[in-house]
Amino acid sequence: MYRYDQYDQAIVDARVAEFKDQVGRRLRNEITEDQFKPLRLMNGLYLQLHAYMLRVAIPYGTLSGTQMRMLAHIARTYDRDYGHFTTRQNIQYNWIKLEQFSDLLDDLSKVEMHAFQTSGNCIRNISSDQFAGAAADEIADPRPYAELLRQWSTLHPEFSFLPRKFKIAVIASDSDRAAIQLHDIGLQLYRNAAGMLGFRVYVGGGMGRTPIIGKVVREFIPVGQFLSYSEAILRVYNRHGRRDNIYKARIKILVTELGIEEFTRQVEAEWATLEPLGLDAPQAEYDRIIAQFADPAYEIGAPDTIDLSDPDFKLWVDQNVHAHKQPGYAIATISLKPKSGIPGDASSAQMDVIADLADKYAHDEIRVTHSQNLVLAHVKKADLYAMWQALAAADLATPNLDLVTDIIACPGMDYCTLANARSIPIAQKIAAKFENSISEQRDIGELKIKVSGCINGCGHHHAGHIGILGVDKKGEEAYQLLLGGSGAEDASLAKILGPGFDENGIIDAVDKLIAFYRSARSAPTERFLDTYRRLGAAPFKEAVYA
Amino acid sequence: MRDNQDQIAVSGAPSPALDDTPARLRFRDDAPFESPIAPLADFLAGGNFAAVRIEPGEDAHELVPHFDRLKLVEIAFPKFRDGRGYSSAAVLRQAGFTGEIRAAGDVLVDQIGFMRRVGFDSFAPNKPLDPKVVKATLDRYPYVYMKAADGKVPVWALRHG
Repeated sequence: MYRYDQYDQAIVDARVAEFKDQVGRRLRNEITEDQFKPLRLMNGLYLQLHAYMLRVAIPYGTLSGTQMRMLAHIARTYDRDYGHFTTRQNIQYNWIKLEQFSDLLDDLSKVEMHAFQTSGNCIRNISSDQFAGAAADEIADPRPYAELLRQWSTLHPEFSFLPRKFKIAVIASDSDRAAIQLHDIGLQLYRNAAGMLGFRVYVGGGMGRTPIIGKVVREFIPVGQFLSYSEAILRVYNRHGRRDNIYKARIKILVTELGIEEFTRQVEAEWATLEPLGLDAPQAEYDRIIAQFADPAYEIGAPDTIDLSDPDFKLWVDQNVHAHKQPGYAIATISLKPKSGIPGDASSAQMDVIADLADKYAHDEIRVTHSQNLVLAHVKKADLYAMWQALAAADLATPNLDLVTDIIACPGMDYCTLANARSIPIAQKIAAKFENSISEQRDIGELKIKVSGCINGCGHHHAGHIGILGVDKKGEEAYQLLLGGSGAEDASLAKILGPGFDENGIIDAVDKLIAFYRSARSAPTERFLDTYRRLGAAPFKEAVYA
Repeated sequence: MRDNQDQIAVSGAPSPALDDTPARLRFRDDAPFESPIAPLADFLAGGNFAAVRIEPGEDAHELVPHFDRLKLVEIAFPKFRDGRGYSSAAVLRQAGFTGEIRAAGDVLVDQIGFMRRVGFDSFAPNKPLDPKVVKATLDRYPYVYMKAADGKVPVWALRHG
C-alpha cells in the first residue's frame, strides 16, 4: 500500500499545524464561529447532538495494521472505546472533546493519517473497491489512480469552496463494489479496443434528497489525462453549480438542468484549454505510485484447497470469503454486523484483534467496505481456519455478508443533528428476526437492506433492495419503505412502495416482504431484487398493505 | 450552536458593500492602480476603463480579448463561502493575464493561501488582516500537490526532478 514520502508527510504536518493555529484563533475570538465552521469541517470535525464528531479519512478504504492500532488507540483514549466505520470507507468517532483534538491530530499524523476533507464543500476522501488488488475480475489495481486523485485534490486551491461536497469513486472491474454510478464522479478503469488503459467517466450520480444515477460524460479518457479531465469537470461545476439553494447545489442538479450533452460540451471546452497546461502527473509518478501497490509476496504453490470439515467454518467460508486472483489465496470479509450489534461499529479491542490478524495472515493490510464491513484481502487458504477461530473469539466471524442481517444504517437520531428518526434500532430489530438462523438467512439469499434516518440518505436507502427512510411525521418518527434499489453495476433507484409506517409497522412490513418473496421467487437462486424486477411492485405492495 | 452538518447556506444574505480603496495587501512591484473600477457590463460596453470588477456569476472569459487595455481585475467575494472567484482568477491567469487580480470583499486570512495559488496578487478585505497571521499562513506549506497559476512546482515534479 501507499507510504508517505517526505513531501506527503510535510504537507500533512503543515495542515495539522494550520488547523491548530485556526483553533487557537477561534478560541481567542479572532475569527467568528461562522468563519471557523468551514475550516473545522474541512478537517473532519462536526458538532453533533451530544459532542464533537470526528471523521478520519481512510483513503480508498485501505489501511495498515499499524494504522488500525492507532484507530483503536484513539477510540480508547479520546472516545468511548469504539469507532464507527462509514459508508464512505472512513471511520467516525462520536465523543470527541475539542481540548484534546490537537493531541489526537498529532497521534494520527504519526501513522500517516488525518481527517482532511472528510467534510465540507470540497473534494472528499476518494473511495474505491474493497477487493482492489486482489479481485480475480479486475483490469488493474484502481488504488494508484485513487491515490493520484487524493494528491491532486488535497488542498486544491480552486476547489476548496465548491457549491457543495464532491465525492469521487474509482473501480477497475465490471462488478461495481463501490457504487460509482451514485457518486459525483465515478471512474471505471478499463482497456479500450486498442489496448489502452483509461476511464469511463460517470458524472452527476448521487443519493440524498434527489437521487440520480450518474451519466457517462466521456466513454474513454486515457489514464495519463484523467487528472486534467477531472479538473475540467470541477471547474465547470465550481463556476456554474447552483449556490442559491443547498438542496440543488450538487453537480447532479447542474448536469440535470444543463442536460448531459451541454454539460459534456462545456467540460470538453474547458478541458481543451486545461489539457495543454501539463496538469497531469508524469508517467514516472504513475510508476512510483503503482509500484507501491505491487502484489504482496505471495507464497507460490500455496495449497489451493480449504479443509471445510468444521461446519461453522464452512458456513463462514461460503458466505464471507471471495475468490482471489492468486491461487492458494482468498479474500475474507469481516462482518461488523454481529447479533445485537450496531452496523459498522468496532470496539478498540476488536480493532486490535483485526490489526494483529492482518499482520499475521493478511500482509498487514485491511480494507473498509462501503457496506460498513472490513476486509482482509490477501489470506492464504491454509491460514483461513486459524484466522476464523481468532475472529470468532472476538465476535467478528458472523457469516452474514450480503444477507438480510448485513444492514447498512446511518447513525440516525441517536447521534446525528440532521436525523428525523432513529436508524440503528430499526436495523437491530429487523436483524433480530433473522439473526438466530443463518440457514434461514441463507435461504433468503442476497438481500441488501439500507436504513437512513433522514432524507440526506447516508444509509443509502435509495440503493437498497429494501430501503428504509426515517421521516418526521408531525413530531413522531415514521418510516417510508422503498424497494428495488441497487448500488452495484446494475444500479437502480429504489421506489417508495406505499404509505409509511411506525417503528413496529416497518419491522412487520419487512417481514411480509420477505415472506412474499420466498413464496414468489422463481427458484431459490433468484434474489429478492430479481424477483422484484421480474414481478414489479404491485404484488409486493399487496403483500404488505392488503 | 449545533451544526446543520456541512450544509452551509451559500447565499441569501445581501452582499456587503465592496471597498474601493486601494488594496490593503499587495504582492506586486508595480505602482498601485488608483482609477475607477468599472462593472463588467460597463467595461464591455466600451467605456475607457483600465480596471473592471467581476461579480461571482460573471464570466471571466469575456475579458480575454481586452487584456491589452486592462491593468486591474477586481474579483468580488460578497461571501467567503462562494468560491466562484477562484475559478475566475484561474481562468484569467491561464489565458495569460499579467495585470493585477484583486480579491475584494469577504476575504479572510484562511483563504489567501488558496487565492495566491490561483493567481490573486492583491487583496482588499472588508476587515483588515493581521500581517503576522498573513505571513504565517502564506509560509505554511513547504510543498504543493498540484500545479496552479502561481507557478509553484508540484511534488510530482520534485520527486522526479
